[in-house]
Amino acid sequence: MDAITGGLHPVAPPPEQRRVRPLIELRGVSKVYQGGTVALSDVDLTIGHGEFVSLLGPSGCGKSTLLRLIAGLGAVTAGSIEWPQASYDASGEPSRDLGFVFQEPTLMPWATVWNNVYLPLKLAGVRRRAAADRVADALAMVGLEKFAQSYPRQLSGGMKMRVSIARALVVRPRLLLMDEPFAALDEITRFRLNNDLLELWQSQKWTVVFVTHSVFESVYLSQRIVVMSARPGRIIGDLAIDAPFPRGEAFRTSTTYNEFCRLTSSELHRAMAAGGEDEEHG
Amino acid sequence: MADTAVTARVRTAAAGQVPLWARIVVPIALGIAFLALWELACHALEIPKFVLPAPSLIGKSLVDDLPTLLPSLWNTLKVTLAAFAVALVLGVAFAILFSQSIVFEISLFPYAVILQVTPIVSVAPLILIWVGLDHIERALLILATIVAFFPILSNTTLGLKSVDHNLRNLFDLYHASRWQRLWELQFPSALPYLLGGMKISGGLSLIGAVVAEFVAGSGNGTGLAWRIIESGNRLNIPRMFAALVLMSILGIVIFFGLSALQTLLLRKWHESAVGREN
Repeated sequence: MDAITGGLHPVAPPPEQRRVRPLIELRGVSKVYQGGTVALSDVDLTIGHGEFVSLLGPSGCGKSTLLRLIAGLGAVTAGSIEWPQASYDASGEPSRDLGFVFQEPTLMPWATVWNNVYLPLKLAGVRRRAAADRVADALAMVGLEKFAQSYPRQLSGGMKMRVSIARALVVRPRLLLMDEPFAALDEITRFRLNNDLLELWQSQKWTVVFVTHSVFESVYLSQRIVVMSARPGRIIGDLAIDAPFPRGEAFRTSTTYNEFCRLTSSELHRAMAAGGEDEEHG
Repeated sequence: MADTAVTARVRTAAAGQVPLWARIVVPIALGIAFLALWELACHALEIPKFVLPAPSLIGKSLVDDLPTLLPSLWNTLKVTLAAFAVALVLGVAFAILFSQSIVFEISLFPYAVILQVTPIVSVAPLILIWVGLDHIERALLILATIVAFFPILSNTTLGLKSVDHNLRNLFDLYHASRWQRLWELQFPSALPYLLGGMKISGGLSLIGAVVAEFVAGSGNGTGLAWRIIESGNRLNIPRMFAALVLMSILGIVIFFGLSALQTLLLRKWHESAVGREN
């Protein structure tokens, strides 16, 4: 396989580029579903504090599964996911301080925007009055202060996604996990939300793990793109997108951006080829 | 231009935009026309009043016999409301139990089905014997409850399970307790289903109360059903019709009451109750 693809592709960035404190360390993580489907096979991945990492790959490569495992939704079949600096709560669970944004807005239709954003705090036992400032902050971050009393059905797709992001932010996460959050939106809305997300990331210093199947989106947003292949899902490339922030329209039209897109595309192509080969063998 | 106007009108009609006044006036006008025809037919064809009394006679009987009919209406109403309330509490309670434990569900649900499919008329004599003829009202309550129970149970059970998969994950993510999950997620998700079940059960508890009274059929019963039997035996057909009218009104009030409750609780968020302009 390596002989076919040659040495053209940067498999992992040199260690000195990632000399940040690790936030999460995945070692030899595999996930096999009950039917015997191997979703992930032997994944090693370290995500550093404050990084913006995209997981990119064809459908079925297990990128969403990986994200869910990091979130603690489901158990690994083999391997370990560690949070080196996390404190542990009474039940022995690492206090993950994470926010999760699903592909769909996943809002409670019976609750107002305010109550939807309040939900994570409510579940944690925070009283309404005590939560008011944090909910207001989160709504302000996504620019929806005026819609606190609206119901989800009154909002557009982009606005619903903003509510979903506000709900993830209200817990003041250190880690924001996003599972193709903008895939269902039109391109103009997506560009705007991309920019808003980058702005927030820069000001709030979170770590973001962003699952996408769009080469362009991953290049535009990330410092680092982890490319995955399907059947079984595994990491086959780790690209550093070494372009300065803030990024804007100037970056989107630059030759650097083009070059990174070309590089990432060929990586993705390689990932798809690798997946196909595996299917024949399996 | 004319074409455009016609198209617009057709589109309005097709979208179900019948104005409210028409929705009220048209059925009432039809009803009045029907009654007028009935009245005329009775007089013109000289139909005897013990076969088909004229509407005017029924109206007169309704007014004259109100002192006898009203307490009967009240008795039927009491049984109906009590049965509905008990069915609601039991139905929701068992649905919650089922949603919390699959063991309960697989072991009890078949018996709920058996209770549902067995015709109530055939169970009634047994229940009457068990509670004793001195406590007919208890037997009526039990029978009407059995009839009203199942739609609430099955709808609520379905509703409690019909929770959006991602919302479920979200609650997992934030370590929601079983109680929080039930109260904050499953119960609101189930509410439209529960209200649908209540609408069916409301009508069924009236049917259950009336059927049970028919079967009980002894002189102790004083509900509307008994008035119908009694009037039939005495060939007092106008009063029989008067009792029927009261029963229908009761059913209509229950239906609209529950519809209003449904709209009130769902109007802000659920597709079924939200007004749309397109």
